[in-house]
Amino acid sequence: MNRYPLWKYVVIAVALVVGVVYTLPNFFPEAPAVQVSTSKSTVKIDSSTLQSVEEALKAAGIPYTGETVDPTGVKVRFSDPDTQLKARDVLQAKLNPDPNNQNYIVALNLESTSPHALTAIHALPMFLGLDLRGGVHFLEQVDMKAALDKAADRYLTDIRLLMREKKVIYSGIVRDGSSVVVRFRDPSERARAYQAIGDAMPDLDIKVLEGTGESRLVASLKPEAQKKIQEGAVQQNITILRNRVNELGVAEPIIQQQGADRVVVELPGVQDTARAKDIIGRQATLEIHMVDDDPSAQQQAVSGQVPLGDDLLYDRSGAPVLVKREVVLTGDRINDAQPGFDARTNEPAVHVNLDASGARIFKDVTRDNVGKRMAIVLVEKGKKEVITAPVIREEIGGGRVQISGRMGPREANDIALLMRAGALAAPMEIIEERTVGPSLGKENIEKGFDSVKYGFVVLAIFICVYYQLMGVISVISLGVNLLLLVAILSMLQATLTLPGIAAVALTLGMAIDANVLINERIREELRWGDTPHAAIQAGYERAWNTILDSNVTTLIAGIALLIFGTGPVRGFAVVHCLGILTSMFSAVFVSRGLVAMVYGGRKRLDKISIGQVWKPTAGAA
Amino acid sequence: MEFFRIQRDIPFMRHALVFNVISAVTFVLAAIFLGVRGLNLGIDFRGGTLIEIAYDHPADLGRVREVIDKMNLGESAVQSFGAADSALIRLPLKPGLSTAQLSDRVMAALKADDPNVVQKRVEFVGPQVGNELYENGALALLLVSIGIVAYLALRFEWRFAVSAIAANLHDVVIILGFFAFFQWDFSLPVLAAVLAVLGYSVNESVVIADRIRENFRKMRKGTVPEIINNAITSTLSRTIITHGCTLTMVLSIFFFGGETLHYFALALAIGICFGIYSSALVMASLVMWLGVSRADLLKPERRTGPGGAEKILP
Repeated sequence: MNRYPLWKYVVIAVALVVGVVYTLPNFFPEAPAVQVSTSKSTVKIDSSTLQSVEEALKAAGIPYTGETVDPTGVKVRFSDPDTQLKARDVLQAKLNPDPNNQNYIVALNLESTSPHALTAIHALPMFLGLDLRGGVHFLEQVDMKAALDKAADRYLTDIRLLMREKKVIYSGIVRDGSSVVVRFRDPSERARAYQAIGDAMPDLDIKVLEGTGESRLVASLKPEAQKKIQEGAVQQNITILRNRVNELGVAEPIIQQQGADRVVVELPGVQDTARAKDIIGRQATLEIHMVDDDPSAQQQAVSGQVPLGDDLLYDRSGAPVLVKREVVLTGDRINDAQPGFDARTNEPAVHVNLDASGARIFKDVTRDNVGKRMAIVLVEKGKKEVITAPVIREEIGGGRVQISGRMGPREANDIALLMRAGALAAPMEIIEERTVGPSLGKENIEKGFDSVKYGFVVLAIFICVYYQLMGVISVISLGVNLLLLVAILSMLQATLTLPGIAAVALTLGMAIDANVLINERIREELRWGDTPHAAIQAGYERAWNTILDSNVTTLIAGIALLIFGTGPVRGFAVVHCLGILTSMFSAVFVSRGLVAMVYGGRKRLDKISIGQVWKPTAGAA
Repeated sequence: MEFFRIQRDIPFMRHALVFNVISAVTFVLAAIFLGVRGLNLGIDFRGGTLIEIAYDHPADLGRVREVIDKMNLGESAVQSFGAADSALIRLPLKPGLSTAQLSDRVMAALKADDPNVVQKRVEFVGPQVGNELYENGALALLLVSIGIVAYLALRFEWRFAVSAIAANLHDVVIILGFFAFFQWDFSLPVLAAVLAVLGYSVNESVVIADRIRENFRKMRKGTVPEIINNAITSTLSRTIITHGCTLTMVLSIFFFGGETLHYFALALAIGICFGIYSSALVMASLVMWLGVSRADLLKPERRTGPGGAEKILP
């Protein structure tokens, strides 16, 4: 009686082994490391790179605890984060002597110190969430309306070019929301325009509006084209973010699309969170407007009445500049932007390269407007600022533009960085942010583990005293529960957060319920006069149904949290659900196996050690 | 060692009316507090910015408040957070200012006042995300309730399903009532705790329901109140021990888990304590009042005897 078939023991043994193997990596903490890699295809990472790294570190007197080199980069491990930071600075100075032409990316990283045997079978330590590791988390929303408006801007410029090519006469062209409206006096011209636009731009839906004395064509994007633009905007933003994050030198970033128009950016381990937020959050797009030089218009604007079709903007020093609202050129025509110096004045400047159509547009603009001023406007989340408004002295061809004027070298660098990673098709807005400093992360881990540790100890003592040997078995199966839970979390590389650690504690508290049910039931059966063997049997059988029902209901709550939870709460839900499953396995299957090992072999069992089985006095109910 | 030396079944159901009245009264009180005071929704649901700072000496909250007030950022709140050297700054949503700028400006102002300040954590939730989390939270609550009712109706019988959910939602409302009365910070982790409590409480009710069903099968002569009394009494030891164990773990989280888990653990603790009362007594009383009978729980079993004739066993 109460014997366990061999195969069940094998299952338990296998589960234990798997549990131990996949939990082990968690005891090899990740070491702070510096990773030297490159994004340029012309630069190779090999043993000579390793040598220069070693030499640089030796020269600076920085000890390292280990190094590896593989095609993705050279990784050097250090004993603590301070040494890691010093090493990063030293290597950055040595390997990237020219800040304008960085061949290597020197990034902070966390390297696992697990022995090769473990990593070979994908046994990795648990993936720590931001609140345990420190770092930055953003949720950005792409401004779809702005994306469509910008597309309309582009079409406006294209339509105007088209009209000029086909020599169509029109009286006005303006962007209205995300449509382009062209006014005509002559219906036949309008018809020609209709034809031309329809042929050249199949993505546009063109409507004809008759009015008194003039007719209008309203061109807007077809729904399929709109959808493509929206998808494209998100994709482009993701690429841009990736580039920016690379330039920041953060390793292991997470940049993912979430839903139709949102992007998640997570940078674990970032130390200078303010700068990271600045670079990532700042969306600089470039717009080029013509300056309105008409003195009467300028006077009007300054006195408070900005004339129609113009915008009153301010430059860096606060001086007002009146620009025509119409956008001559948008930033997505920019191919490259490099910080440098103005050849003539030696001022810090940014050299910009435009793409083919951008170059063409620019050439036309500068040719038609020699002697007039052109404002280069930096747009940051709706705020427009004139960087510089140079006078066009000559036709600037070839697509090379220089932006300079009252910017220091660091500013020039930053602006170039933003433009180089590409100007945004649509601006993004940060709608959620969580930043955790690194020291807080470590504190949280300690606190979490403390609560699990102390609670478990108190629980274990009570259960062992109350249920004696059966109690010890219950506590052992609880330990197995913990082991399996940690192992599964490590295997799945699920994200562990502080609420997740709390969920571990909670799971232990709830898991003991199953064992208490079983033990109490066994006591009851003994109280009613069953033999010990029969009592154990009955206890486990009768309790199983109840355990199943109660765990399923808790699981329902856990799954709802999983579906609707985000961030740290998600971590809680994941551990909660997994914990319920492991507790069902360990509380019943494993503990029964242990009982079978202890008591199963004996043919005659007089009593089992389950604490006091108190019998009510005779005559009572 | 046996804590529960109970000689005879405790006649709980004699007092069924009292239990239901008490729970109705507490429910109404909690609802009143919720209505009048409302929950102190954290930034997770309302949107806003949260900054946790630390000094290397006891924080002077008054000074911090002065610095922040001068910046005119709306109704801000500054409170201590755990240790004496930490403080928590709450700022409402301000249209036009992105969080990156906001927290940096605040830090700059604080650093100008006292260069020792260190920023430990920043959280910003924009209005859309706040709204979504609020709706999602409500939806999650609804979903869990429906799921549980469905499962229980399947496994037991509709009376149990309805009573269990009523008793346990009563738990949830009580926790919310506490939070409304004391104006404790209601954040996303607290909502998670509430949902976990719901699942756990129902867990409780299931154990008793299970015992009631078994008793109907075994105690052929018992009346309904007697059966229920026996069910509750025999599971009493298990109920209290389990709740004690879970409470131990929750208290461990409360004391050692740190400030961020403070209200989370509090919500769990309240839920567990009231859970004993509601899951056992309230649910049982409701089930009795809804008129449960032996026939409801024990569906007639059909067994085919030799020759294929169907025999119906009681």
